[in-house]
Amino acid sequence: MNQQPTETIEEIFINRGEEEQHQQLEDLLEAAEEGNLNLIAILHQAQNIFGYLPRRVQVRIAERLEIPFSKVYSVVSFYSLFSTTKRGKYTIEVCTGTACYVKGSQDILDKINDELDIEPGQTSEDDRFTLQDTRCVGACGMAPVVIIGDDVHGRVKPEQLPELLRQYE
Amino acid sequence: MVTLTIDGQEVEIEEGKSLIDAANKANIDIPTLCYLEGVNEPAACRICVVEIEGERNLQPACTYQVRDGLVVRSNTPEILDYRKTVLELLLSDHPFDCLTCAANLNCELQALADQFGVRQVSYQGKKNEYPVDDLSPSLVREPSKCIMCRRCINVCSKIQEVHIYDVLERGFPTVAGPAFNDSYLDTPCITCGQCILVCPTGALHGKDNKGEAWQALKDPDKHVVIQTAPAIRVTIGELFGMETGSLVTGQLVAALKRLGFDKVFDDCFGADVVVMEEGHELMERLESDQDLPQFTSCCPGWVKFCESFYPELIPNLSSCKSPQQVFGALVKTYYAQEAGIDPEDIYSVSVMPCVAKKYEAARPEMNDSGQDRDVDLNLTTRELAEMIKEAGLDLTTLEEEEYDEPMGYASGAGVIFGSTGGVCEAALRTVYEKLTGRELDKLELKEVRGKDFKEGELELDDGRTIKAAVARGTGNARRLIHRLQTGERDYDFVEVMACPNGGCVGGGGQPVYAGYDNWTRMGEAYVSRAEGLFTADRNKEHRKAHENPFVQRLYDRFLGQPHGEKSQKLLHTGYVDRKLYTYQEQAEEKKQEKKEKE
Repeated sequence: MNQQPTETIEEIFINRGEEEQHQQLEDLLEAAEEGNLNLIAILHQAQNIFGYLPRRVQVRIAERLEIPFSKVYSVVSFYSLFSTTKRGKYTIEVCTGTACYVKGSQDILDKINDELDIEPGQTSEDDRFTLQDTRCVGACGMAPVVIIGDDVHGRVKPEQLPELLRQYE
Repeated sequence: MVTLTIDGQEVEIEEGKSLIDAANKANIDIPTLCYLEGVNEPAACRICVVEIEGERNLQPACTYQVRDGLVVRSNTPEILDYRKTVLELLLSDHPFDCLTCAANLNCELQALADQFGVRQVSYQGKKNEYPVDDLSPSLVREPSKCIMCRRCINVCSKIQEVHIYDVLERGFPTVAGPAFNDSYLDTPCITCGQCILVCPTGALHGKDNKGEAWQALKDPDKHVVIQTAPAIRVTIGELFGMETGSLVTGQLVAALKRLGFDKVFDDCFGADVVVMEEGHELMERLESDQDLPQFTSCCPGWVKFCESFYPELIPNLSSCKSPQQVFGALVKTYYAQEAGIDPEDIYSVSVMPCVAKKYEAARPEMNDSGQDRDVDLNLTTRELAEMIKEAGLDLTTLEEEEYDEPMGYASGAGVIFGSTGGVCEAALRTVYEKLTGRELDKLELKEVRGKDFKEGELELDDGRTIKAAVARGTGNARRLIHRLQTGERDYDFVEVMACPNGGCVGGGGQPVYAGYDNWTRMGEAYVSRAEGLFTADRNKEHRKAHENPFVQRLYDRFLGQPHGEKSQKLLHTGYVDRKLYTYQEQAEEKKQEKKEKE
């Protein structure tokens, strides 16, 4: 009844030009087997290798560790930092906690939408940015806060955004 | 033992039990929507809360362990108010299509809403809207009706060890389902349907094929025949208010004739033929000492489990089809020939205690009769009862009638196929007699390690023994196979039934018991259901398949030898090594195709 895959797992990665990442994943899983690494840590490292956690990676992890695929997906879908869709080079996190919201984070989201045509959860056409709304980051004094990559920007005004985004190539 | 007080009533109960068990013992009704003892105790639904002296807050009775001297109140106005609020919150994210829902009048959520007199829902807001998965021939999943009780997750994981379901997402959109909210088609679901039996709402139910059955019965050009599985006769009575395990063979036949089926046949006849085929196959394997142990193949859930999780055991599966498919192949060949009917005009229906049989009948290779499908349609016990009720018939008041010839008479061996251990015993009755010339009195099977599985031995004259084992539930099958693969034990003949509560008598197509801990109650029900079958077996004139005169006639006039050339073509089949999961990202793939086109 279940549809039979036409490609082998190796072919699936190779056909997507992910030969190198596939090797890294296999190395990771081998190390995990020996070192008793837990699932969340493995998923975290796998996401670092691929940039996100597509089905093929989750299935491979389930197969290799002999745990149910439903379990792997359950963990992935629970944590908002795991992504099953391709992510941009930089993640833009716009804080929508109470203080930032009051200080206009919705205007910032709207402006980013104007500039890049993406909603929270989406990735820009050029694969440069993934937009994400996030809850309080603990920097309410600097509201509204926008985190791009590893940089925290405080008291951001919508009109500053075009210039700000240009800094990330 | 500990003693506690619930609502002023003293209750004595063994340690380690929960408050809800203690209340149940004292006939105090504490409602719950999730609790299944030992299987599902997540304290998820919050309906069973009680007040306990010394505790600051209300506590869930399902996970609160009994202690000496506890003073518990289960029905103060505050508790009732709390339960009503919880119900309203659950209902605020529930589609109100009760009238047309598969679980209408047999829904635990609906029953509680009625019990608590919920006449309006105070909370209005967004509702989760998930698409319905009705692609599987067996199961339908309506995630919008899921109340996150987790029963399906735990029955599938802990009992069946198939692990289709888990908790997906978090917060408001949380739902129980397969990874990526996949269709059952993209999972290794074995279609056993145990999740259907425990689901408290209409979120999980069997595929409804009654429409096709009525359609066929309406068509004057079709010769509609039906075969009834062994286990139906001891369960369908329950759906008409009869006692658990009531044997209603004659009434069942009468009802089917009233519904307009042209011929009513007994699938146990097919089971008798399976005994002949599978028995001869076993004797051949014992002789050549190859592909042992031989695993039974009459349970489609088990066959798919084996194909998916233990493909290395495929050579060990008996190549014989299940009774349903053996019967199906014979109806459109042997019966057509005997009755002088064009097989193209025959519409072959089966009623089974099972939703996996729907999938089995739809397997593409099941067309050896030369027609599109050997079995055109499969109905469950539940669907048939609904049809009988729809036609205004009451099973309990019908005069008993007899099955039709030539495929309506079965030996006792065919009848006990419906219970765990039955297939094994039925086959060995014939094999033992063929090999020793003596009658097998009773196959003694002993429990191994608690209730996991059973095993037994039969000594032959030449000093050899036949070692048999029986497992019910695929989780138990895993442990049996482990024992085999580690060399801890070797067997010659192994019966596996996918359904843990007694095999087919507890199948996924059987009556759904809505209400308190239905898993435990089904576990108790199967004993009397199986007893009903063994009573029917004892009442039979012939108790061995090879003594059934109609089986003898089938071989004389049509098949020739058991496991002979004609049998192999019609009654035997092959199996598929199934991959567990699909790697391809269909959505992603489609997006890429679209991009390339642009």
